[in-house]
Amino acid sequence: MASLPPIDVPTGATGKGAFDSSAEEARSVLFETLLRLGDDSLILGQRLGEWCGHAPSVEVDLSLANMGLDLIGQATHFLNAAGAAEGRGRDGDALAFHRDVLDFRNCWLVEQPNGDFAQTMARQLLFSTWQQLLFERLTASTDETIAAVAAKAVKEVTYHAELASEWVIRLGDGTEESRRRMQDGLDWMWRFVPELFEMDAVATEAAARGIGADVVAFRADYDARIAAVLAEATLAAPKDQRPILGGRRGHHGEHLGHLLAVMQFLPRTYPDATW
Amino acid sequence: MYTTEMQKTAQVVSAEDPEKLAAFEARVAADEFIEPKDWMPEAYRRTLTRQISQHAHSEIVGMLPEGNWITRAPSLRRKAILLAKVQDEAGHGLYLYSAAETLGTSREEMIEALHSGKAKYSTIFNYPTLIWADIGAIGWLVDGAAIMNQVPLQRTSYGPYARAMVRVCKEESFHQRQGYEIMMHLAAGTPEQKRMAQDALDRWWWPSLMMFGPTDDNSPNTAQSMRWRIKRDTNDELRQKFVDITKPQADAIGLTVPDPDLRWNEEKGGHDFGAVDWEEFYAVVRGEGPVARERMKARREAWESNAWVREAAVAHAEKRAAREAA
Repeated sequence: MASLPPIDVPTGATGKGAFDSSAEEARSVLFETLLRLGDDSLILGQRLGEWCGHAPSVEVDLSLANMGLDLIGQATHFLNAAGAAEGRGRDGDALAFHRDVLDFRNCWLVEQPNGDFAQTMARQLLFSTWQQLLFERLTASTDETIAAVAAKAVKEVTYHAELASEWVIRLGDGTEESRRRMQDGLDWMWRFVPELFEMDAVATEAAARGIGADVVAFRADYDARIAAVLAEATLAAPKDQRPILGGRRGHHGEHLGHLLAVMQFLPRTYPDATW
Repeated sequence: MYTTEMQKTAQVVSAEDPEKLAAFEARVAADEFIEPKDWMPEAYRRTLTRQISQHAHSEIVGMLPEGNWITRAPSLRRKAILLAKVQDEAGHGLYLYSAAETLGTSREEMIEALHSGKAKYSTIFNYPTLIWADIGAIGWLVDGAAIMNQVPLQRTSYGPYARAMVRVCKEESFHQRQGYEIMMHLAAGTPEQKRMAQDALDRWWWPSLMMFGPTDDNSPNTAQSMRWRIKRDTNDELRQKFVDITKPQADAIGLTVPDPDLRWNEEKGGHDFGAVDWEEFYAVVRGEGPVARERMKARREAWESNAWVREAAVAHAEKRAAREAA
């Protein structure tokens, strides 16, 4: 169970004042929205960092580190803003390094292991294409921080989506082996796509308040873009699989705990230290 | 990062056309840059290819000890800085491979030479980064030593190498500062952090001094390299400069340089310091460093297990070219 307060809209409380449950609610939706954005970027940035020094060529090493760096930058902005929205004195570092699995709000897609380079590129294509469409909309968010970060980051993730598209095309339409690996990578990641388009209570409320976006509205655009890349890559879209959901409520796969154990060990081992 | 000229047996006896050689030497002596299409003695080409490719390999292998901490950097800021830094190293590797390629050896050949053990890389990267403070020590000491060596290389006689060094030096100076800043922070932190910082200095100090290469009286290539302006200062001059600059930096943050013989010599206007253990240096040059096997295994695995990616990229480019031609 998530340890954060329930986020369902209360039915009775409508009054204003010191004990203002609707103001509390607004903060909570903002906090949750920022966590989702920040955790997606953080966890994928962490995964890309694992490649460092082990990529197929120096050029690829550079581009993976570059994307990782962009994502860690986004995470820093979103998580610092989440801490401020929460109002309990936590900053981005406290949120990144001192939460456990149940309190992480990233989607399952980004926590998937790197696998081989094809699997990494499958994950990147499916995620960055979505993130690009999302950030394009978030530039109009009523929350100033979200709008500002999205405006900067949309350029970054547009490049990530392009880079991933190019690699998916190269690998799909490359050799027999690369094609097989690319298809396997897509097959692995495909079941995590529906979660990206899930409109739960938080997402619905965030969209209604103008701080978040209605992700369903760009599903068709997303599908068309992915289909175009796969067509050029001469790859078949995997068959639809049963969606795996739960990341936005803290219910993740087994991989995230290991990722966090590595990422968080130093600040958790020395809780009194600053770095 | 940085390279040490480690080949001790290079023959520089020349069978070159004396007229061309004289003209070449005059240009070099007048501090002109030699460019890829210019005539150059074979020994010059060979020495430079070896030095630049060693330097490139050092950048690439050097990504491993630092990459080791990207996933474990203790704050978002440290993670971002380290990612940026390691990305810079990859970029340096790339310019340097390109600079070396202008001398007529392909990147594949150079990488092949690295993986077969024929080509060397800086001995320093055969030491492990076991704790976070090692990331601070690498930036402060290793990149500090690299800058000391590379600043003069901005005026090295081979144009592409000199120009690569201009950009590399700017970035290294940021690397060195971020490393020192990590150490400063640790040294002023909790007792555990201070212990980490001191331990890292203890382990990295001597290997950093070794980065400048053998002593001048044991460095047979130095004279020729200086004459050809491949090198601008001797190993011992650079080592002395490094000690003189670094010792006060250690003092400033309350860390102790692990050398009981280190003291200021007023007369000389520099520090006296203890003898470097050259047996250790040559053992590491021979590939006997503590994590030398890990480094080479990681490089070979990255190259071999991802060969299919490079092959696919080539195959795709060929298909595309064929379609465009049709």
